[in-house]
Amino acid sequence: MCNQTVGLVAAELERHGIVTVALQLLRTVAEKVRPPRALCLPFPHGYPLDTPGDPERQRAVLRAALGLAEVPGPGPRLVEYRVGG
Amino acid sequence: MAKTSDLSLPVRLFLRGYRWRRIDPVPFAALPRPVGQCTVGLVSSAGFVLPGMAPFDRGQRGGDGSWRAIPGDADSSTLLDGHRSDAFDHGGMASDPELAFPLQRLRELSEAGVVGAVAPHHASCMGAITATGRLVKETAPEIAARFVEDQVDVALLVPV
Repeated sequence: MCNQTVGLVAAELERHGIVTVALQLLRTVAEKVRPPRALCLPFPHGYPLDTPGDPERQRAVLRAALGLAEVPGPGPRLVEYRVGG
Repeated sequence: MAKTSDLSLPVRLFLRGYRWRRIDPVPFAALPRPVGQCTVGLVSSAGFVLPGMAPFDRGQRGGDGSWRAIPGDADSSTLLDGHRSDAFDHGGMASDPELAFPLQRLRELSEAGVVGAVAPHHASCMGAITATGRLVKETAPEIAARFVEDQVDVALLVPV
């Protein structure tokens, strides 16, 4: 449900001119809900930013999300996150 | 990547008949300036609150669709997990709230010049919402209004 929740909020933000990147833990849900920009993560529920207590790996996820923010439309854009990629 | 097959049987049975809310048409805003000059805000659906804030209602039918504004200078280590779902392991974000509300990580990226600025407010909501009416009609527009007022350019949204 979390994946849908953030996707729906993302859509409203985009309607207000704010660029969004929704992290997603279930690709099947992302494909159904269709957030404008989605970064699909290879991590389990409860661990969206990879590893607890590992700032470098957590920043890597955010950097990838910010990179997706720069990708031009049209949406939806669904991109897989690759650890170390 | 998580899979629905990882979820408990009751959750899988519920999801089998659940109608996901499809975004159509898909809005797509244009980036107004390079990310390195953008103000960035966070939206987390981990159900976090700061000490003293009213907790999310874990028993509300369909899910608590309200939200909390988290100040940009908040100490994320004090965030309290109020997510009602028992369908996932809470241990990671209990030991390190940055895992689901990466405010300090965002500040570090701002200091490094990767982003322009950290927004003055961020949004915390409850992700386990099956009845999305209030979320769509009230909460999401309220978050959007706050972010517009704060001149947020980019929002990163974090589910758990």
